[in-house]
Amino acid sequence: MTDSTNVTDNGSSSLASKAVDERLVTSDGVPLKQKLAITTRRLRWRAFVLTIPLVLFLIFSFVVPIGQMLFRSVHNTAGTDVAPNFAAAIQKWDGEGLPSEEVFALFAEDIQASHKRREIGKTPGKLGTRVNYEFPGSLSLIKSSARKFKKIKEGPYKEAILALDKRWSNPVLWRTLKRVTRDYTPSFYFAALDMKYDADENLVAADDIYQIYVSNFWKTLRLSAIITFLCFLLAFPVAYLLSTLPLATSNLLMILVLLPFWTSLLVRTTAWIAILQSKGIINNILVFIGIISDENRVQLIYNQTGTIIAMVHILLPFMILPLYSVMKTIPPSYMRAARSMGATPFTAFRRVYFPQTLPGIAAGTLLVFILAIGYYITPALVGGADGVLISNLIANHIQKTLNWSLGAALGTILLVTVMVLYWLYNKLVGIDKLSFG
Amino acid sequence: MASGNTNADDAYVRFEKVQKSYDGEILVVKDLNLNIAKGEFVTMLGPSGSGKTTCLMMLAGFEPATNGEIYIGDRSINHIPPHKRGIGMVFQNYALFPHMSIGENLSFPLEVRKMNKADSEKAVKRALDMVQMGDFINRRPAQLSGGQQQRIALARALVFEPELVLMDEPLGALDKQLRERMQYEIKHIHENLGVTVVYVTHDQSEALTMSDRIAVFNDGVIQQLSSAENLYEQPQNAFVAQFIGENNELNGVVEKIKRNTCTVRLADGTKVKAEKVNVDNVGDKTLLSLRPERVEIDPPEKMDAHLDGKIEELIYLGDHIRVRINVAGNDEFIAKVRNRGDKRELNEGQSINIGWAATDCKALDA
Repeated sequence: MTDSTNVTDNGSSSLASKAVDERLVTSDGVPLKQKLAITTRRLRWRAFVLTIPLVLFLIFSFVVPIGQMLFRSVHNTAGTDVAPNFAAAIQKWDGEGLPSEEVFALFAEDIQASHKRREIGKTPGKLGTRVNYEFPGSLSLIKSSARKFKKIKEGPYKEAILALDKRWSNPVLWRTLKRVTRDYTPSFYFAALDMKYDADENLVAADDIYQIYVSNFWKTLRLSAIITFLCFLLAFPVAYLLSTLPLATSNLLMILVLLPFWTSLLVRTTAWIAILQSKGIINNILVFIGIISDENRVQLIYNQTGTIIAMVHILLPFMILPLYSVMKTIPPSYMRAARSMGATPFTAFRRVYFPQTLPGIAAGTLLVFILAIGYYITPALVGGADGVLISNLIANHIQKTLNWSLGAALGTILLVTVMVLYWLYNKLVGIDKLSFG
Repeated sequence: MASGNTNADDAYVRFEKVQKSYDGEILVVKDLNLNIAKGEFVTMLGPSGSGKTTCLMMLAGFEPATNGEIYIGDRSINHIPPHKRGIGMVFQNYALFPHMSIGENLSFPLEVRKMNKADSEKAVKRALDMVQMGDFINRRPAQLSGGQQQRIALARALVFEPELVLMDEPLGALDKQLRERMQYEIKHIHENLGVTVVYVTHDQSEALTMSDRIAVFNDGVIQQLSSAENLYEQPQNAFVAQFIGENNELNGVVEKIKRNTCTVRLADGTKVKAEKVNVDNVGDKTLLSLRPERVEIDPPEKMDAHLDGKIEELIYLGDHIRVRINVAGNDEFIAKVRNRGDKRELNEGQSINIGWAATDCKALDA
């Protein structure tokens, strides 16, 4: 407390004794609000200090990686790493015809220097890979040219380079080079949305065979919605049963619900392979009973069906638990009251019981949907080619093609999609109404 | 038990040899026979686990009777589902639907009966006015206090004009003052509407305040079915004597029986006269039951019983003084002395003489 406040406090306390001052003061004459703030400050600090480890953990494990991912999706320095002088010079080119002799000279110098240095991450191949994303075939061109550039001892470089390979005389290649040597680029987002630049630098839809990401996003949303709905259909009766059974029985059943959490996800998914495959348990039983013939075994796995079945199984507990926790709090007297007032069992359920389970349904569907939309292992194992989700494509770019920027762009789009859905959900249901149990 | 039962021909609600078991091993309700007349207010009173709530649930239709028949009017309702029984019900936790407003709660029973909107609104308003809650029609249950919720629950149970209303410890969650006020209100509503009420409680003062008749339950059996006054003045057995009101107990053996009175020898050898209630033979063990306010200190010579005792404790309670006395080996013997303002000389440790009229002392089964 500062001196100045003390002065006013003393003044006000003398006034307060005459019951003139409207502000409440303590018996010491300090304004009540101020005193309250002082006494609660320590408590608030202590509460805050206790959360510091978690805050730090979240910053390093959550905020920083996501920030990095967002950054990487628009930031790619392959151009400036490999050919810094060329990258700066070509930006001044107006894109008409071919660049000037000066630009060609810098290109030859930078590539030669890079080729000689052999520094990891800064080889001509790195630039070639980056250009190749937008101009197929240029990786081999740049790599082979880099080896040949040492023959070019002096200018004019432009003619010498064009003489090395006639592909260098294509203006589109140079325009692409100009575009990809900028550090900041939106092109990975365009790629993630199945778009490309045509020869005149216009954004157009990618060729049909490269149309993979948008349709996969839709498929991911659709499968997640189906999985969520199936989980709801299966979980609701189970949760209802659990909440109405005597405690001893319901605890036993609850262990069965939680049992999958105690087994490895891989084991569970692999078990589905054993069950669903064409020579698996279900098909064998169907053939044995005679419902299907041996030649017409049902394809239950390595497609969307497999993804749906396995993921519903794995995500089911996340629907059951919030539903159960909400249903547990609904006393049977509500249904009884409704029945006593003349409602049939169905009406009583529809009008009285079901509306009260909405917080649980909302929480369960949100949980399952968001888990499903980013699920990776299960679709990778049982999804085959048709049943893979967007997360599998992201993983492919991170682990195999090493196009991290594209992976990051896809990941960012997924993140934004989830956040938009969450926002919509909040508008429709209200997050404050959720009950996760 | 049969003494207090309404004639079966006049009965509106009739339990006939009803038995109930949940596990097939224990009968929670044993051979229940109970007739309730139209317009009567009958309370099922008893400790928890005595079977009273089970009886109510069987009447409402939420629990099937294991054996026996339950009738409403002339109809056996054993196989009628709850929603077709037309019984209003008030629950202990009120069971107001939290996702509906007060108005929607009240119109729910009318809506499922397909009453038209105008009539329904009128009925809801009437019911709310009856419990003085007309201004709360748009509120949510969570915005109301316990007492207000209780009124709404009552209004909701009555809004569709059922002829029979069941109440399952409806005042259990209220504080004492509110509970007493609601007791009078429920009583008056019952008197005004003329509905038949079956009320379950474990609170004897609640039962005594409101009921025409009280069925005292214990161990799955109605111990006594009678008016409040009868239960207190003429308990039929030791359980009722203990359960209703305050009660002094003295153990003894029947010495002599002479018509309605008997002579009992107490543990310390003193002999007292008592009214014979349910002891049959000389030599039987008996439990004498005596209300504390019927005990006289320094009784006149002509009193039926005279015992010597020692004052153990005095508790001043304003309108009366509780005197704990050691009498005939029982040091929990209580006498209530009315505070007449005459400053009687009572001191702890003092030896005194106490007595009572033989008609106030009941010789019950031990």
